[in-house]
Amino acid sequence: MTDARKRLNSRDFADTVAEEMIVSRSFWADARRRFLGHRLAVFSVFMLLALVLFALFGHAFARWSFEEIDWNVLGRIKTEGAPSLDNGHWFGVDELGRDLYARVVQGTRTSLMVGFVAGPLAVLLGATLGALAGYFGGRLDQIITGFYTIWISIPYIIFFVVWQAFFGRSLTQMIIVIIIVNWTAGLLIVRGQVMMLKHREFVDAARMLGMSDLAIIFKHLAPNILWVIVIYTSIVIPEVIMAESLVSFLGVGIQEPNTSWGALISEGARTMTFGTLWQLAFPAAFFVIAQVSLYYIGDGLRDALDPKDRR
Amino acid sequence: MSLLSVENLQIRFRTGDGLVHAVNDVSFDIAEGQKLALVGESGSGKSQIALAIMGLLAKNAEVAGKVRFDGRDLLSLPASQLNALRAAQIALIFQDPMSSLNPYMTIERQLGEVVELHEGASRAEARKRALEVMEAVRIPDARNRLRAYPHEFSGGMRQRIVIAMALICRPRLILADEPTTALDVTVQAQIMALLDEIQRDLGTAVLLITHDLGVVAGFCDDTMVLYGGRVMEAAPTPAIFDAPGHPYTRGLLRAVPRITDGDVTLSAIPGSPPNQTAAPRACPFAPRCVDAIPACHEMLPDFREGRACIRPVEELT
Amino acid sequence: MFNYTLRRLLTVIPTLLVLIVFSFYLMRLAPGGPFTSEKPLPPAVMQNVLERYGMDQPLYVQLWTYIKNIVFHFDFGPSFAQKDRTVNDVIAQGFPVTLTYGFWSAVFVLVLGIPLGIVAALRHNSIWDYTMTGLAIFSQIFPNFVLAPILVLLFTLSWGLLPGGGWNGGQWEYIVMPAIALGTSYMAGVARLTRGSMLEVLNAPFILTARAKGLPERVIIWRHALKPALLPTLTYMGPVFVYMITGSVFIDVFFSTGGIGQDFIDGAYSRDYSMLLGLAILYSLLTFALNLMLDLLYAWIDPKVRSSL
Ligand SMILES: Nc1ncnc2c1ncn2[C@@H]1O[C@H](COP(=O)(O)OP(=O)(O)OP(=O)(O)O)[C@@H](O)[C@H]1O
Ligand code: SF4
Ligand SMILES: [Mg+2]
Repeated sequence: MTDARKRLNSRDFADTVAEEMIVSRSFWADARRRFLGHRLAVFSVFMLLALVLFALFGHAFARWSFEEIDWNVLGRIKTEGAPSLDNGHWFGVDELGRDLYARVVQGTRTSLMVGFVAGPLAVLLGATLGALAGYFGGRLDQIITGFYTIWISIPYIIFFVVWQAFFGRSLTQMIIVIIIVNWTAGLLIVRGQVMMLKHREFVDAARMLGMSDLAIIFKHLAPNILWVIVIYTSIVIPEVIMAESLVSFLGVGIQEPNTSWGALISEGARTMTFGTLWQLAFPAAFFVIAQVSLYYIGDGLRDALDPKDRR
Repeated sequence: MSLLSVENLQIRFRTGDGLVHAVNDVSFDIAEGQKLALVGESGSGKSQIALAIMGLLAKNAEVAGKVRFDGRDLLSLPASQLNALRAAQIALIFQDPMSSLNPYMTIERQLGEVVELHEGASRAEARKRALEVMEAVRIPDARNRLRAYPHEFSGGMRQRIVIAMALICRPRLILADEPTTALDVTVQAQIMALLDEIQRDLGTAVLLITHDLGVVAGFCDDTMVLYGGRVMEAAPTPAIFDAPGHPYTRGLLRAVPRITDGDVTLSAIPGSPPNQTAAPRACPFAPRCVDAIPACHEMLPDFREGRACIRPVEELT
Repeated sequence: MFNYTLRRLLTVIPTLLVLIVFSFYLMRLAPGGPFTSEKPLPPAVMQNVLERYGMDQPLYVQLWTYIKNIVFHFDFGPSFAQKDRTVNDVIAQGFPVTLTYGFWSAVFVLVLGIPLGIVAALRHNSIWDYTMTGLAIFSQIFPNFVLAPILVLLFTLSWGLLPGGGWNGGQWEYIVMPAIALGTSYMAGVARLTRGSMLEVLNAPFILTARAKGLPERVIIWRHALKPALLPTLTYMGPVFVYMITGSVFIDVFFSTGGIGQDFIDGAYSRDYSMLLGLAILYSLLTFALNLMLDLLYAWIDPKVRSSL
């Protein structure tokens, strides 16, 4: 997914985009039409919606809670812990005899939460910094871009692991560290866009009318770069979910008994030697479905919003 | 016998919107050492004719007709034999020197590989030949610039290099596809002078493609005017200029910029090129022709006595 | 070129400084430390231990000592958690392992990804092309931590072909799965990117020029199209290396290779400051070195970039 990111950062891309001003209502209407024309993307939206519903209301269909241990199957998990309609473990049980269905609901909740809260916030932070750097230029710009350059050359896992280890492994901390790690997302392109837009007449006009810099940024520039932020967010969300899963897999993510896709996949992978394959299969399937859906939604959004790919 | 003979050449492209009839029924001959100009507006099919001769048409092209070079039918020649002819016997000079050189190879290699390929020259020999030909096209300080890359040259210099590349094996025919279009006016003149001189020295035959009649005037023996992929008029160059026999040619001549009282006046022909997705049943120029009569919209004029127009020359405005 | 390299080498200093200072304070400000355990040590012992590791000093003094030791003695200090081992020892033992399969993984990514992309481009719109592109999209979505268990499931548990973990001195059987698990998703990315850029290059006017010279297709591709087609791939490899370094932490843990990833995670659990910091520096240096290498390679291929350095 980095190639898409690369293209978004390229100079000629920014140029093409700046060519057409996009405040107009017809831009979003056209974009919606184009997006709806992308069948895989629309289908993926429904898949994702299903996952969200599953996360929100899945518990209603669980016969067990996600922390409860089913003593009946404990010790005989290989033979009796498999998915079954009779004992109410739709997805089987995990290695501790807890209901896997309830745990997958819980994990889906965590992973989607991380993705849809931390992802957009991270992009927003980067976009704000990028907008400030682009708008004010000079010293501020140098500091921000300098820090950016340094930051992207540090493997992010370092911060994840260190932060989680020291500040605890709650969902909030996870979201915070993801934002810290991903604040660079979207920074450069928003900076470039703002630099291009700030010389347009409508900005001069606003300044003449006595609008403050911040008001100009939020009232006039923001609507024109909103679409970039949308594309970027669609790229960052699956990356963030992936990152959370990876650190959870490493055992430094979400704290038990809470769980996430990564943590569940990790447990499933550890126990597959014992022949309890469902413990790997269900979380992995959810994870992959989410990733594929998000991929195609991002693809559809790029097609719909990105002027270069437009016919 | 003529060196190159093109007979009823037809080029069509399969596209999403149906067949595009890019070139229809075009025939001409070029003798050894002859200079023929192919003139027409953008999109009239000039480049495709050159590409068809070289066997370099896009994959979605369908070709019919005959292209004979030195007695051999190029359209049915196997790839390896065609490769042996390319650059060695027929060379192509492209329109845009900025993009037609490989930016990642030194000039020396790009020139040298041609001689290595066609004459089995060694590296050292190839270098010598590259230097010679660079000096022939008057690249200053050629010896030291052999190792340079295209981006280190100006547009005019790059076009000289492209010409050098076409000359290096002393081909018998050069197809020059708008060799000066991308250049400044003064540089254009220099390049044309260079081409002229080289052509004289080597006696190479040239097919000069251009949409600029001004370029043709001083250079070519004969001129062929193309419109919508069809030959409108073909005649010796002086005749084209002094007594154009086709309304389209007349229009083109009016479009040549003329300097009157220090002002450059340019009168383009009103209207736009024809839609080529259907085989025409009428004179393709009819919608824009000042001399059109109802009959023009009903039949396709034959190419007869050097022109494709149903009205006699005397009746034209 | 030399100046450029030198300049780049100099930028690594502020980068590392930021990294060190930031991580150093971050770790120290966080609650808990390597010697906090369930049953607290008697104050006297604690004092003793802290003194031994120089942790009774003010933070900035510790930081200064730490940096001085690295610069002058290339000494990353003792491990706080692993008795009698220095961070240098741990790196010397684990880094070669990580580097070895990492290297083979990079080879796998490039040696398979690039030709696959090229073949797909040359057979554009053929069944090969479609199969390849489809597979690539699919495998790009599989991250290493989903792929690794699947590989073990197939090659170890079902077919018994390869060991499911361990290192054993780096015999090839032990390298295969870590390298593949680490690289597959990027291999697919490289294949897709190479395909796209090769298609673009093959449409470039200078390729038509090469054809007009009468060069055979093989020469056109090798001599004229390959270099420009690989440039986007090179750019792409920058972030890929960062991702692969990240992934190697996971691979070390999952396959118990004995590489530094495990030490890193252990260090995080036991709050082993010096270990974490030392490994973080190592990871950053590696990232930096790989990126520098890529940039130089890029400049070597692209004369325009080269002359602008
Ligand atoms: N691969 C292709 N597929 C479809 N149509 C094509 C293709 N290549 C060329 N054409 C069409 O063939 C026609 C003739 O093109 P050609 O390049 O020969 O024009 P030209 O006379 O050289 O114009 P110019 O002065 O712009 O170079 C054009 O209408 C063009 O759209
Ligand atoms: S045939 Fe008719 S329309 Fe065509 S050029 Fe002659 S006069 Fe004009
Ligand atoms: Mg042309």
